[in-house]
Amino acid sequence: MTALRRRKGKKPQNSEPQSEENKEKKSNETEECSNTENLNLNPGCSSSSSTSSSSSRRRKWSCVDSCCWFIGCICSLWWFMLFLYNAMPASFPQYVTEAITGPLPDPPGVKLAKEGLQAKHPVVFVPGIVTGGLELWEGHSCAEGLFRKRLWGGTFGEVYKRPLCWVEHMSLDNETGLDPPGIKIRPVSGLVAADYFAPGYFVWAVLIANLARIGYEDKNMYMAAYDWRISFQNTEVRDQTLSRIKSNIELMVATSGGKKVVVVPHSMGVLYFLHFMKWVEAPAPMGGGGGPNWCAEHIKAVMNIGGPFLGVPKAVSGLFSAEAKDIAIARAVAPGVLDMDVFGFFQTLQHVMRMTRSWDSTMSMIPKGGDTIWGGLDWSPEEGHACSSKKKKNGQTSGHNKTGDLANSVRIKYGRLLSFGKDVADLHSSEIEMVDFRGAIKGNNLANITCRDVWTEYHDMGIGGVKAVADYKVYTANSILDLLHFVAPKMMKRGDEHFSYGIADDLDDKKYDEYKYWSNPLETKLPNAPEMEIFSMYGVGIPTERAYIYKFSPATECYIPFQIDTSAEGGEGGPCLKGGVYSVDGDETVPVLSAGYMCAKGWRGKTRFNPSGIRTFIKEYRHAPPATLLEGRGTQSGAHVDIMGNFALIEDIIRVAAGATGEEIGGDQVYSDILKWSDRIKLKL
Amino acid sequence: MGSILRFRKLCFLEPVKFTSNDEKRKAEEEKQLSPSPKVDQKTSQPAAATTTALLKDKTKKKPLKEWRCIDSCCWTIGYLCTTWWLLLFVYHCLPANLAGLKAPEPPGSRLRRDGLTALHPVVLVPGIVTGGLELWEGRPCSEGLFRRRLWGGGSFTEIFKRPMCWLEHLSLDNETGLDPPGIRVRAVPGLVAADYFAPGYFVWAILIENLARIGYEGKNMYMAAYDWRLSFQNTETRDQSLSRLKSKIELMYITNGYKKVVVVPHSMGVIYFLHFMKWVETPPPMGGGGGSNWCSKHIKAIMNIGPAFLGVPKAVGNMLSAESKDVAFIRAMAPGLLDSEILGLQTLEHVMRVSRTWDSTISLLPKGGETIWGNLDWSPEEDHVCESAKKFDAKGNNTDGRRDFQVLESTNYGRIISFGKKSSELLSSELPTLGSQEQASLQNGNSQVSNVSCGKVWTEYDEVSRECIERIAENKVYTVKTLLDLFRSIAPKTMKRAEAHFSHGIAGNLDDPKYNHYKYWSNPLETKLPDAPEMEIYCLYGVGIPTERSYVYKVSPSSRCRSIPIQIDSSADGSQNGCLKGGVYFVDGDESVPVLSAGFMCAKGWRGKNRFNPSGIATYVREYKHKAPANFLEGRGLESGGHVDIMGNVALIEDVLRVAAGGSGVELGGDRIYSDIMKMSEKIKLRL
Repeated sequence: MTALRRRKGKKPQNSEPQSEENKEKKSNETEECSNTENLNLNPGCSSSSSTSSSSSRRRKWSCVDSCCWFIGCICSLWWFMLFLYNAMPASFPQYVTEAITGPLPDPPGVKLAKEGLQAKHPVVFVPGIVTGGLELWEGHSCAEGLFRKRLWGGTFGEVYKRPLCWVEHMSLDNETGLDPPGIKIRPVSGLVAADYFAPGYFVWAVLIANLARIGYEDKNMYMAAYDWRISFQNTEVRDQTLSRIKSNIELMVATSGGKKVVVVPHSMGVLYFLHFMKWVEAPAPMGGGGGPNWCAEHIKAVMNIGGPFLGVPKAVSGLFSAEAKDIAIARAVAPGVLDMDVFGFFQTLQHVMRMTRSWDSTMSMIPKGGDTIWGGLDWSPEEGHACSSKKKKNGQTSGHNKTGDLANSVRIKYGRLLSFGKDVADLHSSEIEMVDFRGAIKGNNLANITCRDVWTEYHDMGIGGVKAVADYKVYTANSILDLLHFVAPKMMKRGDEHFSYGIADDLDDKKYDEYKYWSNPLETKLPNAPEMEIFSMYGVGIPTERAYIYKFSPATECYIPFQIDTSAEGGEGGPCLKGGVYSVDGDETVPVLSAGYMCAKGWRGKTRFNPSGIRTFIKEYRHAPPATLLEGRGTQSGAHVDIMGNFALIEDIIRVAAGATGEEIGGDQVYSDILKWSDRIKLKL
Repeated sequence: MGSILRFRKLCFLEPVKFTSNDEKRKAEEEKQLSPSPKVDQKTSQPAAATTTALLKDKTKKKPLKEWRCIDSCCWTIGYLCTTWWLLLFVYHCLPANLAGLKAPEPPGSRLRRDGLTALHPVVLVPGIVTGGLELWEGRPCSEGLFRRRLWGGGSFTEIFKRPMCWLEHLSLDNETGLDPPGIRVRAVPGLVAADYFAPGYFVWAILIENLARIGYEGKNMYMAAYDWRLSFQNTETRDQSLSRLKSKIELMYITNGYKKVVVVPHSMGVIYFLHFMKWVETPPPMGGGGGSNWCSKHIKAIMNIGPAFLGVPKAVGNMLSAESKDVAFIRAMAPGLLDSEILGLQTLEHVMRVSRTWDSTISLLPKGGETIWGNLDWSPEEDHVCESAKKFDAKGNNTDGRRDFQVLESTNYGRIISFGKKSSELLSSELPTLGSQEQASLQNGNSQVSNVSCGKVWTEYDEVSRECIERIAENKVYTVKTLLDLFRSIAPKTMKRAEAHFSHGIAGNLDDPKYNHYKYWSNPLETKLPDAPEMEIYCLYGVGIPTERSYVYKVSPSSRCRSIPIQIDSSADGSQNGCLKGGVYFVDGDESVPVLSAGFMCAKGWRGKNRFNPSGIATYVREYKHKAPANFLEGRGLESGGHVDIMGNVALIEDVLRVAAGGSGVELGGDRIYSDIMKMSEKIKLRL
């Protein structure tokens, strides 16, 4: 359908210039004729001249009909090409590619199949936020005809066709965090749930295809699709998703002759699976009642891809002002949506905010561990980090500007996750005047009668509240939580029942049996499974959002009152600051610190978080952009989602699935400064 | 995607249409333009020959016309496309429920208003052919088809694009009945496996939609998709499909508050589920080890739709000559396929070769022998009067009872295959019979027919000599019992493979330990139902459509490459009671399954406490009279009784929903019978 529409859209544009061309051609013809007319030789001329006598009739014909003519021409051409394309042998693109770039390396599946690797351990995929498909099971009348059609994932056609209806159905209830009455949106099940996010935009498909090469198929691969909008425990309450995963893992272990499963979670799926591991061993009413050895008996390895163990700073800006550059890939896929006025009157962002704030799961990714992990006002673990552009310069003139580097490292205070104004971000803490916002009276409501049905909690805040927020100037990971409680009390109230962001002092405290702590690695113990292995696999080498500079929005009633100050640029001194965002090393979404810390230090050896001494491995993959256009999204990418097509990563997964251990695939593989940074974090282990 | 394809197809047709249009227009233009160019032509013709550098090939015709010839073609295409888009646009702008087009309220919404909500989890078991199959590993010719559907769901475009490749991947290994080396084709999992067979051709979709209206969703609805080409036990050996089904039922039972499941099998799924029930209670090496109470603990009711309990005669036609009118609906879906020459004249042979590697087709051969299906002179349906004859009677109401009497005698349904129309009508005493010795010699007398020139098509007929075929034909008539012997002689490999997995007899003593073997599990006449007194079994099927019951065959004209030596004698028409048409005797049923096969077990075989049903599970027969769709808008009909179309039957859906929401068979109204099933069942002398 989209192809159709696109074609339709193009047509008028194309036909215009070409019709002009036609006119020119005609005039050329007549010129030719006039040349030859004297001799009266050319029959074509005579005819055209004869028709020119009845030119008025002819003109009429050409006006409307040449339009049709060109449409016809283009259509025929299009079909012809389509026909050729369909008739083309499937391997043709590969021939072309190889002709240009030389022979491509075998995909890892083929390579390893040649080495004799075979399917051994069943594989479980746990997709992350946003990448899983959602389909409609029950809806309001505006969603007629969409029964069991995808609302999320696929072509997103409905976003354009009936945007308000779409937003209404995608939102959850503001109080309960579950379905609004009369609407049922459920996750798509099976491998199709997240193999492709949109046509041609793979997520798991490449990995699945490669696993299939060594003998995997539906019976020993399982996609643990869940509704990524709702909180983890609610997926069990509403859909019994956790029970289903448990039962499927048990089934796969039983049918494959007692081989334990290899779990491959991605992005938020990492947290979801942490939650699962605690849930499955917890006794029945709240948990799955699998007994204390369930994980040891059923899981061989957990291979976390791009795991935001400790949260992502992006989530903060996403919740605060709906401006996450791409909290996953929503923007990348539909770049126009957020900026256009699809929803009428420029309220797109407000709609998005209203919708995303009803999704509990986004709160699972708020930075965890507070100032201890993410740094205080004047300190942060990453402070020595030099951004990529700077590094390159260093490479050229090595050792030359060590001082500049040092100055740079002093200046960037990543600990200040949010600061109002660039100057504030650079000041020393003693120089900042902070006015506490916590007690501030929120003041009278902004008049929001004109704002239609767009409802964000900002409208309850009033000007006084907004001002108080800005007056506090600087927020660290600790105070961010207070800030979010202040600006979005309802949402955080919901979130507090399901998630926690602190660090446990005494892990044996009874309160940590509560499910809200299960997805926070700093407040739970790993299961008692000494033979299990945990891998942390993530990309490095891409600037990743870490801290933000904010400003007031121009005060109009319907706007979100804060926005990222895109004018704040680092300039020569600080290349890490760009468009109001301080960036650090990572995979474009998750900073290295969040992805790697637990495996690098938090769980390394026997610690209080890892009482049975589960072995952990760090596997970093340096980002290399695709060399040619033909490579698509690259076979060496380190980006958060594109890494799923990274050959090195796929090879590692296949080897482990075929029975290898962490040592056998080479142990740690570290490119970033994660070990140095981890040492700076003073966490009781 | 579907719409694009359809659109493209439509557009590809256009040029064909236009040529005629163009010619007309051309002719008109010629008339209009003829006066002026003529004059010019006379004067300019000699000179024109010299200055044709620019207008190379236009010299022969008048240049203006040439210009218009191509252009008007483009013009019309453009014109039509624009109109098409315009219409499409208008169509999309239409409100979804235009007053005139409003469809009747679906049963789900009505029942919801009555207060029904989802209670028992529902398990759907698809039948043969309707489930999708996708490719996991293939030969080089199938490149780019990884995880694409080879069967079902899609538009079957691959058949046309690379037919040989497609056939190669769909056939199984001839010896093992499992995958050939290097090829892995697997069942599509999930509800998508069989909701639509092809775009717009629903199978389970309507039922699913109505279940969803009373609150069902992914967590309490499960499609037990399996590879329908394999024998039932092999689905467990290769894919662990039975284990998976067991685990899913247990999970749904627990997560839905310990509510038993309602199972809805369709067509071959019915015997698959019979197999499952035996498998699940059998101890581990061969079975699922669920213990003897598994079924009574987990299953509330089995609602068999269009059940093929005792097999279908169609399967016979399919085995013999690949000519079943549609053993599922291969023909209905691709009517041109079998008759066209895409596969190079040997379509039927190819189909036979492939389908004979599918063990599951053997499971559909008629079971119970002559006791159930009748012998040379007798059959349970013998006094069935076909519709056309009935109508005749109704018109001239005083027509002779003598004729009716004649009908009684002349339709020998028991003769499932007869060679020549005459032999199907003769008395048994007049028939030539083949001694058992002679039959044995059939098997020995095979000599290879030279088939060098016939390409690679291989059917087992190539190993059966011509004389042998003639001898088979001389035997004139076959009943269900002798038919099996016939198969053993003409298709020894297929039968050898399949008979390790299926059995078609009647058990003498059900407690005999040999009946613990899995090959008996899918035959209701050789197994006991599980010990589950609270369970209910329903037989839901359509009646009122003529259904194939027995065939008139002939020896096909001999040609070297026609390797199927016999075919249905489609010239045999019109017996006195109108039951014979195109070489096929018809009887009442749902177009695929005769009433006898669908209803007998529920009507008599399992009724009350008997040796097949020791715990006295309650059975109900519910028939749905076929009514063709009243108007075009109804699509495939709301009251259809067709084998597959019945899945959209409003009354059937309502019954399923009511049971799923907690209703019992008595609450539904017990039996509901239109056909003569009770009378027929009485005639069958089966020890119960």
